[in-house]
Amino acid sequence: MVLELPEDQPSFPDLSRVFPGALRQQRAMADLLGIAAEGCVDQRPWLRHGAWAQGVHPLRRDFPAATPPLEAAADYRFVRVAGEGVHEIPVGPVHAGTIEPGHFRFSVVGERVLRLEQHLGYTHKGIEKRFEGLDLTQGARLAGRVSGDSTVAFAWAFCLAAEGAAAQAAPARAAWLRALALERERVANHLGDLGFLGNDAGLGVGLAHFSRIKEDWLRTNEQVFGHRYLMDFVVPGGVARDLPQPALAVLRAELQTVESQVGRLQALYDEHPGLQDRLVGTGVVSPGLARQLGLCGLAGRASGQGFDLRVQAPAPPYDRLAVRMATATDGDVAARVALRFQEIQESLRLLRDLLPSLPVGPLREEAPRLGDGVLGLGQVEGWRGPVLMALEAGPGGSLRRVHPQDPSWLNWPALEHAIIGNIVPDFPLINKSFNLSYSGVDL
Amino acid sequence: MYPIIRLILDTPAPREAPPEADSSLRTLRQRLGAEVLGSFAGALTIRHVDAGSCNGCELEIHALNNAYYNLEALGMRFVASPRHADLLLVTGPVSAHMRTALLRTFDATPEPKLVVALGDCGCTGGVFGNSYASFGAVSNVIPVDVAVPGCPPSPRALLAGILAAIAPGS
Ligand code: SF4
Repeated sequence: MVLELPEDQPSFPDLSRVFPGALRQQRAMADLLGIAAEGCVDQRPWLRHGAWAQGVHPLRRDFPAATPPLEAAADYRFVRVAGEGVHEIPVGPVHAGTIEPGHFRFSVVGERVLRLEQHLGYTHKGIEKRFEGLDLTQGARLAGRVSGDSTVAFAWAFCLAAEGAAAQAAPARAAWLRALALERERVANHLGDLGFLGNDAGLGVGLAHFSRIKEDWLRTNEQVFGHRYLMDFVVPGGVARDLPQPALAVLRAELQTVESQVGRLQALYDEHPGLQDRLVGTGVVSPGLARQLGLCGLAGRASGQGFDLRVQAPAPPYDRLAVRMATATDGDVAARVALRFQEIQESLRLLRDLLPSLPVGPLREEAPRLGDGVLGLGQVEGWRGPVLMALEAGPGGSLRRVHPQDPSWLNWPALEHAIIGNIVPDFPLINKSFNLSYSGVDL
Repeated sequence: MYPIIRLILDTPAPREAPPEADSSLRTLRQRLGAEVLGSFAGALTIRHVDAGSCNGCELEIHALNNAYYNLEALGMRFVASPRHADLLLVTGPVSAHMRTALLRTFDATPEPKLVVALGDCGCTGGVFGNSYASFGAVSNVIPVDVAVPGCPPSPRALLAGILAAIAPGS
């Protein structure tokens, strides 16, 4: 769909009334491009804090990329909750743990949360502007760093966008290896998060064991793919390297070990009354609310939203793999934990199917050559949810505009709802059960 | 309780010896004398600050806390407040929006304090560089004692950098 806008005061009708999930992106668009959502009640800035002045729009073509940032700090108008006994707890941007920066404003009565308002944008580092003028190889590198924990998903989505725009497809062996990498990324992230989820509910032994299993998994990545997080493995036209022959045996043996170790921890988690007491009924997003907000990916599936690109829009090799999607309807932390266990097991099954059926053939073709003005779109189901990449080519095969879309855009607002009525000390647990990306939406 | 004890007994602790301090990662000369460095022994506290990273470097900081690296046995641990910290571990290019928070965290850390900048981004700005929204390298905003390159740097490299920050100067 192409929407032509007038050059002076460009605007479009507010979408957030129909689709609440559009609100933050509308505000980001107003900050970066100066395109306003007409009639939207919330016109506060989102990504602009103080780095550039109001009325200046860094993604406009006439804005020089080398403009230095301002050192101004901007105030943000939080929504105030009034009433007897209500007080506010400001948290962040620097948090107590090793996580990304953002600000959370809790309005509480005693320990109970009445309202949470998030203020993000702290890690905005101008990624979309940075894409301007890059070639496809550089573009894939940057795409793989939009949200480091989803590097395979972003790089693959970017490459699909470029390859699709040039009406070419990666060779079959490359597609298989990309899926191998993507499922390994999914397992790695679930292993890490399951450990932290146990820990946040007081089960330190869960963290100790899951992080040990994850470390083993990452070391295999290093040995087989040359990088612990598989960065820069997916490149335009294919993949960067082949698996060394003995790797297949290493990978296959590892699946067995991990499956039994995770199974044992799952039994431990499932049967630990103290842990379940913290997880069940905590941080609920009902299926109705999830539908309204457009909750997607893993968190969406835990709230009855049965969407997974690997099932509904399977790109090769997923069209041959018949992914079994797990869903739940409770929408609480327990459901998101259970789903992670199920998705690990399913990924291990997929990896077991992928390994013996790796097609022979080339690893990559020439990087696609894009004509000026060509558009491309790529989407991949990352571990968090659907990752989308849209691009427009410029002159000489360079990139004119790239927009990365992390699933966290739609899921962050749901976290504001999930915490209502819960106690403040449960926030880390609820937050971790979603584990949303800051960098992926701050851009 | 029983399954937990069984699990612990069944799993050998995968401990590894720590790397040597890598003094080639130093960007400033050691300012602290032997006496002060000696007083850190067994109790270095670290506060992490993400100043705008892609979250990749954070994954390796998490990994540093796993059983293989056995950080606490070296006397190091991560703390929740800069007021309890001896060392700031800073990731990312410094985004314009994190500059104030980074400066405040630095100011809140008591002297003598050390700063380790992490990753290609922390060292130079990395793939994000300097822009309308990024100040690039951490050293453009606060003084940096040690800079550890890598994208992301491995936990061993990270540890070698932290050890270099508390190694005596020549
Ligand atoms: S150095 Fe690499 S992993 Fe670390 S923040 Fe920068 S891009 Fe991410």
